[in-house]
Amino acid sequence: MSTGRREFLARSGKLLFLTGAAQVAFDAVLRGEPTSAPNYQTAEHWWGMTIDVEKCIGCGNCVRACKEENDVPREPYYFRTWVERYHVPEGDADSPQVDSPNGGYDGFPERYRPGDGSKSFFVPKLCNHCAHSPCVQVCPVGATFESPDGVVLVDKTYCLGCRYCVQACPYGCRFIDPRTRTVDKCSLCYHRITKGLTTACCEACPTDARVLGDLKNPKDPIHEFLRTHKVQVLKPQMATGSKTYYNGLDGSVR
Amino acid sequence: MDGSFGHKGHLVRVAALFAASLVAFFVLRALFVPAGFGLYGHYRAGAIEENRLRPVAFAGRAACVECHSDVPDAMKGGPHERVRCEACHGPLAAHAGDPAEKKAVRPDSRVLCARCHAASVARPARFPQIDVADHAGQEACTTCHAAHNPLAPPATSAGPAPPTPGPQGGGQKGGTR
Repeated sequence: MSTGRREFLARSGKLLFLTGAAQVAFDAVLRGEPTSAPNYQTAEHWWGMTIDVEKCIGCGNCVRACKEENDVPREPYYFRTWVERYHVPEGDADSPQVDSPNGGYDGFPERYRPGDGSKSFFVPKLCNHCAHSPCVQVCPVGATFESPDGVVLVDKTYCLGCRYCVQACPYGCRFIDPRTRTVDKCSLCYHRITKGLTTACCEACPTDARVLGDLKNPKDPIHEFLRTHKVQVLKPQMATGSKTYYNGLDGSVR
Repeated sequence: MDGSFGHKGHLVRVAALFAASLVAFFVLRALFVPAGFGLYGHYRAGAIEENRLRPVAFAGRAACVECHSDVPDAMKGGPHERVRCEACHGPLAAHAGDPAEKKAVRPDSRVLCARCHAASVARPARFPQIDVADHAGQEACTTCHAAHNPLAPPATSAGPAPPTPGPQGGGQKGGTR
């Protein structure tokens, strides 16, 4: 063993005093590039998203981008985000026809005709990153949680795969990954947003229908958007504290 | 006196059992509760870091523009000005990390353009939509439209940047290579 005393002290010191993020940062400092050290502070952020239904064109870019970015199984029925097409017959908001072929991954083949008095529109869906998530409350082992910066995350190494959270989510945002038998869901691209990038779906959205926002950053344009638009969250009666705000959401959307 | 504490062995045994189970509790707790659990809440604190440490697939527009600085100029003022590169060209973080590693493929315009611009009742009425077969027949969209600035015809070469638009696929990349 050729571990010198100096190296041994440095290593054991790191092991004793530095954990997780601090160790990554310290490694960057040791490499002589302290600027690449992550200086992300969870307490300084509170993430949310705005979705402008009136801008969504149903191209499915977000669905494809999400699957690419997050290694989501390509088969249908596994989605971290998906797009629904609503078709509401005239004057009958209670019984909309909703379809989402392959989650919108391959786009939406036209099946409605213009001028029949009905209205149609697209509604992108994803985890609403609730501040008071039902899914977090039911997890028996603490494998899913609201992070200090307001993102509902999954601890994949700790998840039992019991599916309680899948049933608890009022928005249907969770699925069991068939490869790991553990739960998976939108992480709001946590690996991206903590590096200063936007989410994959927002990056790929051609019309800016979905925009990531940091509600704790007073300079973030999300505040302007929320001020100047009449926004709504999904299922407000469930008091989930959803942070996904929809503009132009029709009353028929569930 | 003698009679009341004559059986203190019972008490010692109970106390020993209690102490042993206390030790067993802490040993088992240390064994089964992962490190960092409960630091921020009812979860493993390290899970936050694990969620962060995943590779990125989409590099983001800022990374693309570092090398392909001519493209934003070509898009300027056009309807696609705000569309980010990887919305059409796909995830290219591997290419941004090492340009030799992965090359961007030129998307098939008839598939790509139709994803957004094929007429659909559900699309917002003010969004530009066409019946693809009616509008272009079998022609590639890029024959008439420069993908980066579709309302300016590719053949005019308004600026110095757009290179030789060929008969097909001409203005598609508008000088990305």
